[in-house]
Amino acid sequence: MKYETIIGLEIHAQLLTRTKLFCRCSTEFGRTPNTLTCPVCLGLPGSLPVINREAVRMAIKLALALEARINFKSIFSRKNYFYPDLPKGYQITQYHLPVAENGRLLIDVNGSRKAIGIERINLEEDAGKSLHEGFPDSAEKTYLDFNRCGVPLLEIVGRPDLRSPEEAVEFVQNLRTILQYLEICDGNMEEGSLRCDANLSVRPAGSTEFGTKTEVKNLNSFRFLARALEYEASRQVEALERGEKIIQETRGWDASANRTVPQRSKEEAHDYRYFPEPDLPPLIISEDWVREVSAGLPELPQAKIDRFIRDYQLPVYDARILTGSRALADYFEKVAGLSGSPKQASNWIMREVLQYLKEKNLSPENFPLPAESLAELIKMVENQEITITMAKEKVFPEMVRRSLEEPKSAEVPVPTLELKVAACDPRVITEELGLKKIGDEQALQNIIEEVLEKNPGPVKQYLEGKVQVLGFLLGQVMKASKGQADPQRVQPLLRQALDKLAKK
Amino acid sequence: MKYIELGLREAVDLVRNGQVKATEIVESYLSHIEAVDPEIKAYLTLAAERALSRAREIDARKDKGRLAGAVVAIKDNIVTRGLRTTCGSRILQNFVPPYDATVVERLEAEDAIIIGKTNMDEFAMGSSTENSAFFPTRNPWDLERVPGGSSGGSAAAVAGLEAMAALGSDTGGSVRQPAAFCGIVGLKPTYGRVSRYGLVAFASSLDQIGPLARSVEDCALITSVIAGFDRRDSTCADRPVPDYLDGLDNFQEKVRVGFLGENSLKGINPEVAASYLRVGELVAGLGFEVVRMDFPSWEVALPCYYIIAPSEASSNLARYDGVRYGLRAEAVELADMYVRTRTQGFGSEVKRRILLGTFALSSGYYDAYYARAARARQAITAELQVAFRRVDFILTPTTPEPAFKLGEKQDPIAMYLQDYFTVAASLAGVPGISIPCGLARDGLPLGLQVLSEPFAENRLFKFAFLLENNIKFKNNMYGINTRGRRKNEN
Ligand SMILES: [Zn+2]
Repeated sequence: MKYETIIGLEIHAQLLTRTKLFCRCSTEFGRTPNTLTCPVCLGLPGSLPVINREAVRMAIKLALALEARINFKSIFSRKNYFYPDLPKGYQITQYHLPVAENGRLLIDVNGSRKAIGIERINLEEDAGKSLHEGFPDSAEKTYLDFNRCGVPLLEIVGRPDLRSPEEAVEFVQNLRTILQYLEICDGNMEEGSLRCDANLSVRPAGSTEFGTKTEVKNLNSFRFLARALEYEASRQVEALERGEKIIQETRGWDASANRTVPQRSKEEAHDYRYFPEPDLPPLIISEDWVREVSAGLPELPQAKIDRFIRDYQLPVYDARILTGSRALADYFEKVAGLSGSPKQASNWIMREVLQYLKEKNLSPENFPLPAESLAELIKMVENQEITITMAKEKVFPEMVRRSLEEPKSAEVPVPTLELKVAACDPRVITEELGLKKIGDEQALQNIIEEVLEKNPGPVKQYLEGKVQVLGFLLGQVMKASKGQADPQRVQPLLRQALDKLAKK
Repeated sequence: MKYIELGLREAVDLVRNGQVKATEIVESYLSHIEAVDPEIKAYLTLAAERALSRAREIDARKDKGRLAGAVVAIKDNIVTRGLRTTCGSRILQNFVPPYDATVVERLEAEDAIIIGKTNMDEFAMGSSTENSAFFPTRNPWDLERVPGGSSGGSAAAVAGLEAMAALGSDTGGSVRQPAAFCGIVGLKPTYGRVSRYGLVAFASSLDQIGPLARSVEDCALITSVIAGFDRRDSTCADRPVPDYLDGLDNFQEKVRVGFLGENSLKGINPEVAASYLRVGELVAGLGFEVVRMDFPSWEVALPCYYIIAPSEASSNLARYDGVRYGLRAEAVELADMYVRTRTQGFGSEVKRRILLGTFALSSGYYDAYYARAARARQAITAELQVAFRRVDFILTPTTPEPAFKLGEKQDPIAMYLQDYFTVAASLAGVPGISIPCGLARDGLPLGLQVLSEPFAENRLFKFAFLLENNIKFKNNMYGINTRGRRKNEN
């Protein structure tokens, strides 16, 4: 029997606010444990939460980007459960009325677009961290770090519209790109700023009823996400094939064993006893506020892809890669504009720039070479001042190398863009490395004469009618010019010189 | 001159004028406390050294605040930096808060002197202060009787002349009822009038800090200082605070006064009813129009309150788990540690309410209990709103009976009935003040509750001040001096 996989994702995105959701403690990552805390985020008796407006602004941004309906009045609720890293014994989240509902996210499936429903977007606080390892007495003790406690999260609950692990990965990737475009989440899955849980069920192809679902937790990288969902789907199919029933339960991804393992059965599920948070009045979002946020919204990835295809005549593939991050897209647009050659700009970025970033494990915003400089290099190639080979193999790496050095200047102690652009000027580098294309006809002729003199054998063969040796001679000329000669120009000149010898 | 007999306003004036030193006042309070508190047991923690050094500092200063020299006691569920705050519970027996409640900051900014932390029913759950994990407090008017609760320690301290005034907290009547039992004045302000930041939560949507003092004037002065917007409490109203002393003795309005009909007084203590009816005559005699009214929704106010308050409490008290502060019972397994800590740390009334609330919020029961109670609450609020279109103030007895004896009420439901007249104002968030309105035959004080529209404390104080002057209640301090001493002498 053929089966269809049904997946719904729940994503938690840590927001890039400066301070926590309900107090003024810093959200900085990686500080000494328990140094970023106060009575509020420690849940000390008598403390009260006060909403961080910046987090609400970020929620509005995402709601707009996902075309969700913003609730002008939403309410916070308490989710009650005991856990050592949950200092109040409840998490302040949204339940009865979330900040936004009914959105959608587009994904590309085999070249066509599919809208995945977003059921709701909740604003909520993160818990602290239980540290079970890394201390001399970790065998008998668990340590607690409350620095993360109270950091704002957006919980994005997707509808079960996904039909394969690939679609799920695409969904998370697109969502991550959107979050990054909006500058509200860094999207780092390894550090936990983007977390993903999935609900998965399978059903016979063609069936319209949902099968029993399991919840898979701990899918904290794209790799784990794909693997865990593939595993879980086939586990369920195999169980059904054996005539077993799927048990509704929570399972965790065990990365070392490469499988999902049961964590909690339905019977063991918590009763969170949600009720409206009495310490916070309803969250009111005015239409004006939404309008203001909407006006400041950046162009979103999907719109950018469409525009790149339309305005720069780029292939879909290129457009998608180049819009993978806002920084990369901005860099491309700058290079394309300054060089006047979008296609070349795209080629350079897709290959040289991305390869460099990959090698150095850098994100696009940290690419050191100014767009101005790359555009200049592209122009030189277009104007045939330098060969594409030399540009890629010699000049570009040297430009990048120099752009990493702090440009020194007595007058301007702080490195400026101008100084940097000057420091990695491709013309200067080409000159200094002696890579300038030999455009001078006389110089080319001199080289050709020299080569012909040195190779009397092949010349004789050519004159006897063995025209194939022309290629060899051409190669010799290129070699003698150290690659600076343009073969397109050398060829006619070489023919002329040989013809002259024939007439003699 | 006996400083402890001075009213708060008088004492502050003397200190500000330099006629009396704050230090002298504090010393006389400390010696009186030493004499009577072993019997009354109003205080859980005395801050003698802290109070004296504050007093010396104030005496040395030229500029003195609005409450300079005011000796104030603080209920032990209001956090005080560096001063133990127990909530009357074993689970917080050794808890020393690292921060001050907003009200404490505001009192101290005006040079009030905090003399100590007062006893209370554990986590403010109770009406007699017998639910304190440490010891019960006794009513200064009759040491066999309870001072009321949950702010019983605060009320007893003020009535027993162990403090000029005190702060309490009122969730369903916890300031007004003990004020009535102890023959003093107690205000539950409008919900949102006073910041709750630093008040250890019992039921967040109902809790409000209020003053207890020996006169309406003293209550008004303290309220002027502690009320007002606080950005640390999102439920605190951003509205200006008038000077409640301004024109306090000048009430010229011709107002209409709501007075409970006979139906609403069924089953209450006959002396309470008689004294209440005398107030009605007095009010009419003053030329005010008295309007009879009944409040059918009050029949459900108590059950509604006893769903909402425990529900919120069950969540508010989840943080006492032994992990970060407070009592921790050692155990090998985490779940075991939770269970043992909470079993040992909480008293039976607190456990009862946590269980009640947990049940009411459980999936499958939420709609039948919590959601229904929330709707009833809306109906009670609406009924009061409508009433305030017809009248300016509503008068009720504060309690169905005068102070009862320690150990008299074993049945929790009997205890819950104490809140009969006070919970509606709590559920609706309107302000209510209790003033003494007479003595029962056995010499126990009786209280009158005056309710007004939200944020109308200004008018409420003026009207209460007028009633106070006309009722001419024998000042409570005689009660303490005679009864307290007579008991000693016997
Ligand atoms: Zn904090």
